[in-house]
Amino acid sequence: MENLGALAILLALCLSAYAVAASITGRMRQKPLLVLSGQRAVYAIWFLLTIASGILVYSLIAGDFRLAYVAKHSNRAMPLVYKFASWWGGMEGSLLLWAWLLSGYSAILVFTNRNKFRDMMPYVTAILMAVQAFFLVLIAFPENPFQVLAVGRGITEVPDGNGLNPLLQYWTMAAHPPMLYLGYVGFTVPFAFAMGSLITRQPGDAWIHTTRRWTLITWMFQGTGILLGAGWAYSVLGWGGYWGWDPVENASLLPWITATAFLHSVMMQEKKGMMKVWNMVLISATFFLCIFGTFLTRSGIVGSVHAFAQSPIGKYFIAFLAIGIAATVYLILDRLEYLKSESQLESVVSRESSFLFNNLILLASCFAVLWGTIFPVISEAVTGEKISVDAPFYNRVNVPIGLFLLFLTGVGPLIAWRRSSLDSLKRSFAIPSLLGLGVIAVLLAAGVRHFYGLVSLGLCMFVTSTIVIEFWKGSRAIARKTGQNLVAAMVELTHRNTRRYGGYVVHMGMVLLFLGFTGAAFNKDATHDVKIGDKFQIGRYDLKIRNLLDGDNDNYAWRRAIVDVFAGGSQLGTLEPEQRLYKVSNQPISVVSIRRRLNEDLYLNFAGTTNDGRNMAIIQSFVFPLVSWIWVGFYVTLFGTFICLVPPKVKMQYMRTETVGYVQKHAPVIE
Amino acid sequence: MNTYLKFGAIMTVIVGTLVWLAVGGVSDSKSYYKTVAELEKMNPATRSERLRVAGDVQPGSIVRRGREVEFVLTQEAKTLKVVYSGSEPLPDTFRDRAQAVADGRLGNDGVFRASRIQAKCASKYETKPGQNQGAPVYQEKRTS
Repeated sequence: MENLGALAILLALCLSAYAVAASITGRMRQKPLLVLSGQRAVYAIWFLLTIASGILVYSLIAGDFRLAYVAKHSNRAMPLVYKFASWWGGMEGSLLLWAWLLSGYSAILVFTNRNKFRDMMPYVTAILMAVQAFFLVLIAFPENPFQVLAVGRGITEVPDGNGLNPLLQYWTMAAHPPMLYLGYVGFTVPFAFAMGSLITRQPGDAWIHTTRRWTLITWMFQGTGILLGAGWAYSVLGWGGYWGWDPVENASLLPWITATAFLHSVMMQEKKGMMKVWNMVLISATFFLCIFGTFLTRSGIVGSVHAFAQSPIGKYFIAFLAIGIAATVYLILDRLEYLKSESQLESVVSRESSFLFNNLILLASCFAVLWGTIFPVISEAVTGEKISVDAPFYNRVNVPIGLFLLFLTGVGPLIAWRRSSLDSLKRSFAIPSLLGLGVIAVLLAAGVRHFYGLVSLGLCMFVTSTIVIEFWKGSRAIARKTGQNLVAAMVELTHRNTRRYGGYVVHMGMVLLFLGFTGAAFNKDATHDVKIGDKFQIGRYDLKIRNLLDGDNDNYAWRRAIVDVFAGGSQLGTLEPEQRLYKVSNQPISVVSIRRRLNEDLYLNFAGTTNDGRNMAIIQSFVFPLVSWIWVGFYVTLFGTFICLVPPKVKMQYMRTETVGYVQKHAPVIE
Repeated sequence: MNTYLKFGAIMTVIVGTLVWLAVGGVSDSKSYYKTVAELEKMNPATRSERLRVAGDVQPGSIVRRGREVEFVLTQEAKTLKVVYSGSEPLPDTFRDRAQAVADGRLGNDGVFRASRIQAKCASKYETKPGQNQGAPVYQEKRTS
């Protein structure tokens, strides 16, 4: 059966090469049937890769330990869901997942556009299939998931596999890689459209309109993937953090940042015909950062706590990146005349300039993160010393950037296009500014002295009130006109212009995320060696060790502390942090115990046992203010993104009022 | 003043500030990455800088004493005594024979004072042949 899987991958590789060739020659020689055959090849590739994936998943679930991949990443004892998740538990399988997702995206794309963009689509298909071919080369040759263990050494039976690392046996970790991959892979689609548009010298913004939903959905998946990883780190790893600026985490963040910039700057192109080159650059950067991210996580080029194996595939990636980037740069430079801006920047205080600042600052952040991530590689090449930078570097640069972005989140959407008068600024921002300053004053009075913390909380208030006022003004106007109540009017308002009001909801989610991040400025932690009956304090909590228990089962040995939590004399509950030692892998795992509340989390970790003869339990306690708002903010962002995806009830009304001339000129392009 | 000039000026200020922050951040948090074996050959001038030293945890050397954890990193028969006294909990992957990276400074007494420990066991996400402990994959029954 593994032969069938390997054969399917090889066939898919041949077909992807065929699809590239057929689409391009078919388009150039004007042979529609050849183009059509290229599209059929896309469907066939999806079918073949589905078979290959199905075989791999079946082998994982059935426990066919002759396969090296199955033996490494699955075992008999694992629950079914993690056997399935082993599909992306290792290098070969996750590359297969990449390829399969791309084939699925491509098939959907080719199908939904089968009667549209006839001049552009062959090139779009060819680019998608070229990327597809690259990943298929990887899994067909150096990283074949269907490798059989030690063939020829006379091995016929392998009793059991290694299993998935117990740290990874957690629901968010099962979902985290596919979410990230849906993001990584998805950016290939807008990139392919952008390039197709360049190659065929399209005059309008068709590629942006048609990929807007793709980009949004992909952006959402990427964000979800990042946040699931953060949530996993917080709930499982026991150090209480959700983000450590690890190279692999950074790799997932980089394309998300450029994609966020892209989502904003396309509005400039749609409404004003500006920043056309820039958008091309941004979507290309996003795509190549996705490839780069996969490369970083898969090649072991930079040291990381995500200890992926060293692998020879690095040079494949470097070759692909080099060729791809060179081709893209050439295309953009060659077609510059088709990307001329249609309007001019008129004032520094305008919507246009707020978009520019937003883009500049996002790119600066992206660059800083990228720089820090590859700093060891660069410094080793330049000075011969491997120098790495650390969380303080990233925080120093990114905290002010984040706060400036937060500020723009409040200002940008309200400032007028073209130019803004002082009067209109006062009208829009007087109340929010006062409220923001009020929050800072109250916090100062309460004794808070953390500078960034104060600024951040003040800005959170500022942005929140701008968003609330926007909703309130709009809904009130509708309520007056139609006699609806305010809530119904708000739904109506949102439905009329889903992009705008969905965008506000996304911004609100971002504010809540920032609220959660800001809490980290006020974290508390303490470590104690304890025995039964001991008491200690952290923040407003009094903790008492009621009991220390030991135990043992088939899978692991455990030690657990039963800790009573009191505050102000009354008992709030019991926390039970635990440490396990898994027998097969001999790996200790901490199972933290968290009391989650919206104002603050109390977080206990059983860190170990002293082995200096006293045999005491080491309990680490943390108080994390506001951290729950990160997860709340994520759901709000998700909800806002869904609103943006709903087609607006009143089509184009907003755009016409804003830029009459532009829309008229481009009316035929916009559907 | 021309709008683009104004805009350029503001951009320059912003980018300049960020570069300044970045340079400060680098000098604050940069550390030289060395393996235990490379440590001895190191230039004395940079020996007192912040270092990240990588090696394998010597089996049986970990002693936990209150907030301090002592252990020995080894590599190619070279050893380095490390005392960790950070506030973060040690990672679950930190144990005998794990590959660890200690982040801190080398004292004059030759003891390395670490404020942060990162560890990965070779088998964390991927197993390398011959390095998996106790797992039965490479202990197949041979029937030839």
